[in-house]
Amino acid sequence: MTNSIGELEKDADCIFVIGSNTTENHPVIGMKIKQNKLYNGAKLIVADPRRTDLAEIADVYMPHLPGSDVALVNALMNVIISEGLADQTFIEEHTEGYEAMAAIVEKYTPEYVEPITGVPAESIRAAARIYAQSGNAAICYAMGLTQHRTGTDNVKSVCNLAMLTGNIGRPGTGVDPLRGQNNVQGACDMGALPVVYTAYQAVTNEAVRTKFEQAWGVSLPAENGLVLTEVINKAHHGEMKALYVFGENPMMSDPDLQHVEEALEKLDFLVVQDIFLTETAKYADVVLPGACFAEKDGTFSNTERRVQRVRKAVSTPGQARADWEIICEIATRMGYPMSYSGAEEIYEEMRALTPSYAGINYARLEKGGLQWPCPTEEHPGTPFLHKDGNFSRGKGAFTAIDYIPPGEQPDEEYPLILTTGRSLFHYHTGTMTRRASALDAHKPAAELEINPETAAAKGIKDGDMVRISTRRGGLDIKAKVSNIVAPQVVFMTFHFAETAANWLTSSEFLDPVAKIPEYKVSACKVEKI
Amino acid sequence: MITLTINGREIQTPKGSTVLDACQAAGIPIPTLCYDPDLRLAGSCRMCLVEVKGRPLFVASCVAPAENGMVVETESPAIVEARKVTLELLAARHDFNCQVCEKNGDCKFQDYCYQYGIKESRFEDGGRHVYPIDDPNPFLERDYNKCIMCTRCVRACEDITVARAINVKNRGHNAKISTAFDGDLADSPCVFCGQCVMVCPVGALTSKVSAGLGRSYEVDKVLTTCTYCGTGCTLELNVKDDKVVGVTSNRTLEGSPVNKGALCVKGRFGWDFINSPDRLTTPLIKENGEFREASWDEALDLVAKRLGDIKAQHGPDTIAMFSSARVTNEENYLAQKFTRAVLGTNNVDHCARL
Ligand code: SF4
Ligand code: SF4
Ligand code: SF4
Repeated sequence: MTNSIGELEKDADCIFVIGSNTTENHPVIGMKIKQNKLYNGAKLIVADPRRTDLAEIADVYMPHLPGSDVALVNALMNVIISEGLADQTFIEEHTEGYEAMAAIVEKYTPEYVEPITGVPAESIRAAARIYAQSGNAAICYAMGLTQHRTGTDNVKSVCNLAMLTGNIGRPGTGVDPLRGQNNVQGACDMGALPVVYTAYQAVTNEAVRTKFEQAWGVSLPAENGLVLTEVINKAHHGEMKALYVFGENPMMSDPDLQHVEEALEKLDFLVVQDIFLTETAKYADVVLPGACFAEKDGTFSNTERRVQRVRKAVSTPGQARADWEIICEIATRMGYPMSYSGAEEIYEEMRALTPSYAGINYARLEKGGLQWPCPTEEHPGTPFLHKDGNFSRGKGAFTAIDYIPPGEQPDEEYPLILTTGRSLFHYHTGTMTRRASALDAHKPAAELEINPETAAAKGIKDGDMVRISTRRGGLDIKAKVSNIVAPQVVFMTFHFAETAANWLTSSEFLDPVAKIPEYKVSACKVEKI
Repeated sequence: MITLTINGREIQTPKGSTVLDACQAAGIPIPTLCYDPDLRLAGSCRMCLVEVKGRPLFVASCVAPAENGMVVETESPAIVEARKVTLELLAARHDFNCQVCEKNGDCKFQDYCYQYGIKESRFEDGGRHVYPIDDPNPFLERDYNKCIMCTRCVRACEDITVARAINVKNRGHNAKISTAFDGDLADSPCVFCGQCVMVCPVGALTSKVSAGLGRSYEVDKVLTTCTYCGTGCTLELNVKDDKVVGVTSNRTLEGSPVNKGALCVKGRFGWDFINSPDRLTTPLIKENGEFREASWDEALDLVAKRLGDIKAQHGPDTIAMFSSARVTNEENYLAQKFTRAVLGTNNVDHCARL
């Protein structure tokens, strides 16, 4: 997030939520948005294919079709520009590339976009006016925006929108990705990415590489590595020989599970380190028992860049060990001795190499979390980025983006669009929440949300078992007839191994930059069984 | 600043504070039941009454603005008598079964009854209502036989969670907390966040997941960060005999800068996977398609050897590491260091996008 969670409760005069079912996926942030909307009079705009809890209380709700985000945001900008609501001073002083962006946006009138998005032109106009005319307007988004073949374009589009109206660099403004998992921010910050070391220092930058080579006392590879989906594809081709999976569950979380299964089976060696025998672990040659968050010390970084302590409360069960100890053991046995007295010593080594974390130490974290960038031990941390419109790279760059339709298109055989997501009561691949007794008792199975009109046409009643099929395969699931989805759209969660949604999704269309699969759009058909 | 006299002591307090604020800042204890600093004021429980010189009626200190020159008595005999009446009225509707109550030892009502010597109630004539304890949801127990009608739960539900699932039904002796149709929470807008459990001063609202596992004085509370979504709420793991037996809120800004104690259903009630019998407790090695238990030495040697052999035979770039968005920063740092420095490849990623 460019800004902080607390600002959504107090400082934002308008919140535009796109592709985030906040009250289910980031419930405490959802509460703050509701408080601001209902008790402080903030305006709320929601764009989502599903009529979410926040959509119900929004000033304007735009039920756009999955994958039509760029068209929708371009139309919002079209209205803002044509009605003279853009922040000319901000554009001139702090940005570049406005002309090219404006030229592309010109054709995206609300009327032009209405048939693409399914959103009435008048709703688009109303939303654009509210967003542009509010004092401080924030944008929140989640996987609903990013899990498309145009995910990167979608994100750049909302950045365009924020810059166009000068909504950057003040409390209550900004562009706020709500990160799905507890430490996805931290995993990225720590360089668990194929192209960067910690703090996004490029592996291809020689000076950076030299710094890490000296610190680690070893020469390091200069070429970018492969992203997760590419690794799976290479394994499928037999070119990837070994995989070490640490706390992940690709046999549930990755698109097109049949493809993943075949890939894992082709590996010469698979080691899985986890707290449960996950769907993925079943394919492993060796399984190593790790520790859960209650059993170890360390830090997590949340979606607002806040580093906070994790504290050991209990011992690991049986012979299970802290994960960092396991990694050290293997490294040492491979001839590279690694040993630390505890999490803090690892943290200290990391922070010496990581400018944005350099000022954050465990002692300071005792007094509550700190938000990076925090370059020195005297620095108070950074609640919001780009203060006064000053971008880290100089000027904020607009990107001219044309709408590209989703790769998966409905046809006669597969006329509906399946979109996937999460439930309030479960988390990601369900490894933990399916074993949390109360959560699983309350929500023991997946459901397929289907619009009453679509259901009636197929003779499907609430609670009927149906078969949903895509070009990858099909599965049986209970129907939940609900107005929450539009007639062309059906929705299911991906938490349940018995009805794993990713047997249905596609790995064919990836975002060219971020390599994100198109989870949110799969052409499908639904039949009563 | 405002200057006033409390129990004969001259006290300074910032403008805009209440008499209760002034007392608390000066370390003068005032009993409260309905007051909660994070919720809208109700001013209804009559426990925080004080005497103000020159005023004919007792004043509820939680809503009374502190004024210059005020002379306040907080424990005068008349005030003590008034509080006793309040407690006795509540005792008449309260089912005292402290010996099996989850809140025993951590209950404001029990504390005040002890403090003011309330053994029985003069007001039991009307007969106590007996409410069934039958909400089938798996998260929280609702036992309104213990409810003292402070309405903190209603206000937490409305002010913090904005779910508005519960409200006060009926008046006086028949007053009760209920959902719109006095039904189950699952049929209301309830999202099972347990904010109501967090604020309930008595044992009327408690966690079913923690029931019977340990009372507040038996547990150590370890402040940590939630393992689920990226909001990063902090929470306290309650530990008894090296086992997590519950989750409670830390409601300070320092301990809980993101959420100030508020949690969602996963954070508050989703912790018992930690103790699941499915947890992996020993390394496993697959032989002829079946897993068998192995020692750490055997498993680690095998992993090191196989990775080393593959690296030597096929090159480092035929190996990859999937690190995790769930483990700590320290472990992610080590995982990428291991991949780059030991395996010799940049093939490290995690499921940020999935
Ligand atoms: S659990 Fe949360 S939503 Fe349900 S009644 Fe309690 S405070 Fe309200
Ligand atoms: S249930 Fe608890 S919080 Fe709610 S009114 Fe009764 S005593 Fe107060
Ligand atoms: S308590 Fe709920 S909202 Fe808070 S971090 Fe945990 S899962 Fe997210």
